[in-house]
Amino acid sequence: MKADPRQFRQDSARAIGDPTLRANLRHTLGRIRARRAEALAAIEDVEALRRIGNAIKQESLRRLPRLLEQLEANLVRNGVRVHWAETLAEANGIVLAIARANGVRLAVKGKSMVSEEMELNAFLAEHGIEAIEADLGEYIVQLAGQPPSHIVAPAMHMNRHQVAALFHDKLGAPDVPDIEAMTALARRILREKFQRAGMGITGVNFAIAETGTLCLVENEGNGRMVTTVPPVHVALMGIEKVIARLADLPPLMRLLTRSATGQPISTYFNWISGPRRPGEKDGPREVHLVILDNGRSAIYADAQLRETLDCVRCGACLNICPVFERIGGHAYGSMYMGPIGKLLTPQMAGLGQAGHLVGASTLCGACFEVCPVQIPIPALLLRLRQEASQPSPAGRALVRGAGGARNPAEAMVWKGWQVLHDSAAAYRVFARLAALAGDRLPAFGPLKAWARHRALPRPAPRSLHRLLRDRPGE
Amino acid sequence: MGMAGERAAAGRPAEVYFFGTCLVDLFYPEAGLAAVELIEREGVRVIYPQAQTCCGQPAYNSGYRREARRVAAAQLPHFAKPIPVVVPSGSCAAMLHGCYPPLFAEGGTAAEAARARDFAGRVVEWSTFLAEVLRVRLRDRGAPVRVAYHPSCHLLRELGVREAPLALLGQLAQVELAALAGAEECCGFGGTFSVKQADISGAMLADKARAVVESGATVLLSLDAGCLLQIGGALAKAGHAIRCLPLPLFLKERTA
Repeated sequence: MKADPRQFRQDSARAIGDPTLRANLRHTLGRIRARRAEALAAIEDVEALRRIGNAIKQESLRRLPRLLEQLEANLVRNGVRVHWAETLAEANGIVLAIARANGVRLAVKGKSMVSEEMELNAFLAEHGIEAIEADLGEYIVQLAGQPPSHIVAPAMHMNRHQVAALFHDKLGAPDVPDIEAMTALARRILREKFQRAGMGITGVNFAIAETGTLCLVENEGNGRMVTTVPPVHVALMGIEKVIARLADLPPLMRLLTRSATGQPISTYFNWISGPRRPGEKDGPREVHLVILDNGRSAIYADAQLRETLDCVRCGACLNICPVFERIGGHAYGSMYMGPIGKLLTPQMAGLGQAGHLVGASTLCGACFEVCPVQIPIPALLLRLRQEASQPSPAGRALVRGAGGARNPAEAMVWKGWQVLHDSAAAYRVFARLAALAGDRLPAFGPLKAWARHRALPRPAPRSLHRLLRDRPGE
Repeated sequence: MGMAGERAAAGRPAEVYFFGTCLVDLFYPEAGLAAVELIEREGVRVIYPQAQTCCGQPAYNSGYRREARRVAAAQLPHFAKPIPVVVPSGSCAAMLHGCYPPLFAEGGTAAEAARARDFAGRVVEWSTFLAEVLRVRLRDRGAPVRVAYHPSCHLLRELGVREAPLALLGQLAQVELAALAGAEECCGFGGTFSVKQADISGAMLADKARAVVESGATVLLSLDAGCLLQIGGALAKAGHAIRCLPLPLFLKERTA
């Protein structure tokens, strides 16, 4: 997928004009917001918990290099093989090599956003390996030939009728929107895949350095199957997923499931601490962990933007976002969508290519208000807007593609704006001219865009400056 | 925000500055005047520096911080006395209060940075000033009316001002506050967002305008001129007769 400004405008306009999509999003987001609010209302002091969540992530990041080393040492002690990938190509290559070494033709997957970053399914297919998504939502979008439209609920953009039509078309199921029947069918198909698969691939929600444990949060049991049935398990994670202690986990879990789905705890929580040991009856023969950078260390290098890496991928910011509600996830043109996507995608793909995303926000702050780890998303968007429009001063960490979204015409407009507003005399003339224009403002340029949805604003005949200057007794 | 509390603790000042904001200056000057007069009515002298222009937020929010800083720096000398700076806009007050210190810390001189910090600390949002510092008592002289209140995003989420405007409205006996569906959701203005992402802004706006119409209110009130231009523009284009007013103007009209 490629984020691109023109494509973004087209795709968001198309989404806005799609009444089915709008209804699906409104319905699902309405429910998920209510469930989140209800679940968090049951916690005594949510703000205190959010502060704890933030502190844990900040502390983990502060100690990141050390924690990653500790994690690796403890995983290796537990029998997990650890691989480091700086780029997506390296990560794909590592997975392919493991698959080849084990003669894998079929892989089953749990939900993994890192695998979406890697576009792993397509890569494996090119090399003759089929990868089947085992999370129901992911399975649906895979059948539909689409990317996920949400980081937690990949098929959020579809309703049950659309899924029934898809299952009818692709699986020969009756075209009946019976959720239980459709789930049962997917389960039957996936069971057979679990049995045949040579490899299970998953993401990682948290990796605990002190114990060398990988934690996987899920609701369907597919993660349990993927990590225990196939002979080889490959887990994928970004470098930011490591936390120091087991004791760090409970607060983050309390925040994660409530923020994501409004659940006090997920249906499944998988602790993965190594391959099958002698005498054990199940579990994979080999467990691998691929630790991916893909631009994260550059984000890490900037003290402010580092907060991007606090994200626990709960999706609450997507769910509350008024822009996401109108355009859905696909319009963002990236595996990371919504407010957190507007931070991650431009920093990974570069501001030259994806700088438009940092501008596609009203800075309303709803995302910051719900973020369980208090990522100041609006402030970081502002910082990236600055980086997008001008190169960073020397001596500071450069954001990828900094200055790449600079529009010379816009830069001139702001220079002109500055000249009109940094001197009282110039502003007086400007205000006078605006007042004279009154309702005769020509509808072109930005005013034309404005006028599509609104009446043009009319400057008052006398400004507040004049009203107050001309008051009797002044 | 600590702002309201700090001001309230500081007690009732003899005089205050008024930072009118550029949108009020150009589009809602009568509301600016009303905001000033409501303060003066409480026996507080209002100083309106004629050299003021704009807080700099348009450029700041677009990533043009150097330009924003130049405009911000042009404001500071005109607000030098150690008295409150009252601002009739949630968004501009949030800029002046929350963004000036970092803006000058990253690019200004040490003197400017110190001056910006001092200035930011004196900024008080207008409804907070009336409700919590002056503790005004309003007597409603108007006819019964049903109004809706749009709690703009920056007022609500950056400044944390939720109660003060409602407390002021609540003093008006003949004013019924209509329930507004999705009241705390953004109207889609977002400054340049409204023209750069016109379709998304328009979709957010359409939902907001519908909620206002369905609330049954005949007046929509807000403390942010940008939101009022946005929502008022949509209602006017659709031919609805709902008046969209800055809160100070409405309060002044009803209590004159």
